[in-house]
Amino acid sequence: MALKGNLKDFSITQLLNLINLAKKSGALYIEGSSDIAQVFFRDGKITYAQIGDQEKDILFLLQEAKKVSATQYNILAERAKYLNDKETGLFLVNSGYISQSETFQVIEDYLATIMRTLFTWLDGYFHFEQNELPPEDKIPARLALESLIVEGARKSQELEDLKAEIPSLEMALKFSDRPGIDIQRVNLSPDEWRVISYVNPKNTIHQIANATKMDELEIRKVIYALLQAGLVEIIRPSGMPVAMNGKIIPQLNRKDQKSLVNRLIERIRSM
Amino acid sequence: MQTQTVKIVVTGPFNSGKTELIRSVSEIDVVSTEKKITSEVEKVKESTTVAMDFGRITVDDDLILFLFGTPGQKRFDFMWEILSEGMLGFIVMVDSTRPETFKEARNILETFHAYAPTPYIVAANKQDLADAWEVEDIRLALRLDPSIKILPCIAKKKGSVKTVLLELLYAILDEVEGKTEA
Repeated sequence: MALKGNLKDFSITQLLNLINLAKKSGALYIEGSSDIAQVFFRDGKITYAQIGDQEKDILFLLQEAKKVSATQYNILAERAKYLNDKETGLFLVNSGYISQSETFQVIEDYLATIMRTLFTWLDGYFHFEQNELPPEDKIPARLALESLIVEGARKSQELEDLKAEIPSLEMALKFSDRPGIDIQRVNLSPDEWRVISYVNPKNTIHQIANATKMDELEIRKVIYALLQAGLVEIIRPSGMPVAMNGKIIPQLNRKDQKSLVNRLIERIRSM
Repeated sequence: MQTQTVKIVVTGPFNSGKTELIRSVSEIDVVSTEKKITSEVEKVKESTTVAMDFGRITVDDDLILFLFGTPGQKRFDFMWEILSEGMLGFIVMVDSTRPETFKEARNILETFHAYAPTPYIVAANKQDLADAWEVEDIRLALRLDPSIKILPCIAKKKGSVKTVLLELLYAILDEVEGKTEA
């Protein structure tokens, strides 16, 4: 089955959100106006990404991140010229040039930079290939998406778009039930933390805006980012009167309602 | 004894298959108020529903189920509140092949739920087409609560539509029996 479309209709942030929530593994290909990007995921985390032909090897990234000097780079490049990225990484760690965690950090920072570039792509055909693996010679990272999604969602949100995303400020928020989310590890802004502190099914978004002294645009922006990252969900506020109150058809008692619905079920079954 | 009528509303974005769904199960020719489409953007099909579609299923001598389809285009949304009044529940149709309509589907869903918090289900239509998104991906795109049912659907197939209607009725039955919250 397809997971494809155009970024005009389904943004990078929304795509990352979906891949993150579904914990998908596979490759996302995006044909932008001037370049092609490929991003690989494993269980909803980015393992490798590339835009166009810009394939930066691990040594180049380490030098860019000033983890190795220019002199060291030249020496190491000569030694590692027949090694692929994975082998080079192992060689550097085993030789004590850099720790494993530093290596992963440099790769993840690089991947985050690529994703920030992708956030500026507003148009382009995309498709996701389930279970496609990244190149075997690359060091597989495990970059979590929540912080990136929040970052992406903070950009370019106009009030009209936000109104479409969050139609009513009279709804409440609750923390997502999704397992495996560690909100402490997500890079939130002070405004986002202030809103987080008021997340409670009893508080409407409107009340949170009042408490945090945010205007409509500000509160919608913050909540949109939290929603996109899958950190919170919109719910009906607790205590809001429910129109039905157990009576699907007001003039009937519960027993008659049940009988009526069962008659409908039997009829549809018999069609 | 006076015949009792109940209604289920079928809603969703433009060209999501609402009319087709009603047509698949209605025992009468669907009373449809269709109009030639003038907007370039919406020229996916020749005509669209501007007031409502109207189908009927006779249950027995004293009970009739009406199926009302809402107009899919936003400029007719003044009809939604009128149509939602007194409904047993509603079905939100989504075109699984058109992710550009998912945001609108979510808005329609939230609007209807606000008018009347009756049970509802989502029908991911056109699942027989190659470009169809997977049902669970659509669930995430629509930010549906895990308790809301989303079903694969092919609106032109009666069996598929029956399944959708039955699942909605089961959700309504659960509601009556107090197993779920609106």
